[in-house]
Amino acid sequence: MAESPSALSEAFQLLISADPALTEIVLLSLQVSLTATLIAFALGAPLGALIAVSRFPGRGAVIAVLNALMGLPPVVVGLTVYILVSNAGALGPLRLIYTPTAMVIAQVLLVAPLIAALSRLTIEDMHEEYDELFRTLRLTRFAAIGTLLWDARFSLATVALAGFGRAIAEVGAVLIVGGNIAHVTRVMTTAIALETSKGELSMALGLGIILIAISVAVNAAVGVARASGRRMAAI
Amino acid sequence: MNFMALDQSAVIGQADKMKPAPRALPVRLSGVAYDVGGLRLIDGLGLTVAPRRRLALIGPNGAGKSLTLRLVQGLIRPTAGEICWGEHAAPPAHSVALVFQRPTLLRRSVLANIRHALAAYGAPRAGREDAAMELLEMAGLADLADRPARRLSGGEQQRLALVRALAAEPELLLLDEPTASLDPQATQAIEMLIEAAAARGTSVVLVTHDLGQVRRLADDVAFLHRGRVLEHGTADEFFDEPQTQEAADFVAGRLLL
Ligand SMILES: Nc1ncnc2c1ncn2[C@@H]1O[C@H](COP(=O)(O)OP(=O)(O)OP(=O)(O)O)[C@@H](O)[C@H]1O
Ligand SMILES: [Mg+2]
Repeated sequence: MAESPSALSEAFQLLISADPALTEIVLLSLQVSLTATLIAFALGAPLGALIAVSRFPGRGAVIAVLNALMGLPPVVVGLTVYILVSNAGALGPLRLIYTPTAMVIAQVLLVAPLIAALSRLTIEDMHEEYDELFRTLRLTRFAAIGTLLWDARFSLATVALAGFGRAIAEVGAVLIVGGNIAHVTRVMTTAIALETSKGELSMALGLGIILIAISVAVNAAVGVARASGRRMAAI
Repeated sequence: MNFMALDQSAVIGQADKMKPAPRALPVRLSGVAYDVGGLRLIDGLGLTVAPRRRLALIGPNGAGKSLTLRLVQGLIRPTAGEICWGEHAAPPAHSVALVFQRPTLLRRSVLANIRHALAAYGAPRAGREDAAMELLEMAGLADLADRPARRLSGGEQQRLALVRALAAEPELLLLDEPTASLDPQATQAIEMLIEAAAARGTSVVLVTHDLGQVRRLADDVAFLHRGRVLEHGTADEFFDEPQTQEAADFVAGRLLL
């Protein structure tokens, strides 16, 4: 208990001095989660838009599954990817286990359903409004999806930020497929878990402060996206 | 041989630029009914939209004017009866353009709205920017080209929606109360655009509650009441000697019950 204040001041010391070990971990975290978010967005947003504009048998079930996948437990995703990329798995020969690539794959699987489900919701409302215009313009489905993705850009930016927020904060998936190997796959959340269990609170606290700062920044970015959307009369 | 080929393509190029023969006109509606949930909203409607004519569609609220425009645009299919567009059972692509009572503008700039429509209408990419600016000039919106379209005033939005429809170079332009709630100046701007389109040979169907506007713009009048056409004739005939009590009451400004 008594060492908590000193741990906190040490944590600030690490932050102020831009401690190389800490910096390395933060940069890897950002790299993995940003890459995963970008890929998940590139897959999820068009998929959400496609579902939003399409009518097909079983559509309700697809949406229900998608919504359920939004809350997928990270450890389950981690386990699934682990089975895929472990030496005996289907992707075993690619030797991805315990690499940042495996962590990116896991976070893509974690975040893409979230992005697809939220995109579907946003774009379906907009499509309802645009439907008759699209039909007078005789847009192809492809062109309609393109129009909707662009017109929903501000809302989709907040969707992407929500995806990034989930990716950067999760620990279960990256821990299982990354293994928390120092200098290779150690990211903020896995490092916090390890350092805490070792009793190295200063490093854990320093990383925790950065995680909170990132979360605050993401929320600020959501605010900026909303404000610019309103200014463009586009929300 | 090469010369021949060149010559031919030049001729084809010319033909492309000339306005093709009308494909969608006349539009004929006969015995058209439209039901929603067992309710008959349009009932035995007969109407002809002739080439190069301006038809005003008038009648009280809920008469079925907007539904009629949606039928003519091909957005909804009649429950019974028949609509033909020239020889066709569906309107040929981009031959009919509709400006809605509450136009939907895209969440982008004024210019981008027109560019988007031109792309949808298959205008060649290279000429799009110029064509879009030309349309905005026509609407008096060139200065507002970079503004978010949804921030425009009501009158400006109507003008934008109107020139966006004109971007299709339609044979038939359908307008649903384009000047409702606009001031006289904005109304005049819209009417000038309509007249310019008509002068280029575009047929117009205009829904309006402004009888002065009917007198100014329309060659023909169709009077709708409770999903039926009660009168269909020239504007002069309609105003001088309405054939039904309902039309006479409507022209005189008496309440229709
Ligand atoms: N999808 C629908 N479902 C149920 N009723 C409808 C539907 N669309 C239109 N109606 C009804 O059909 C009638 C005709 O509608 P329409 O919009 O064509 O009227 P209108 O002549 O354009 O009236 P206004 O002058 O008020 O615009 C109205 O009573 C309307 O409530
Ligand atoms: Mg109406």
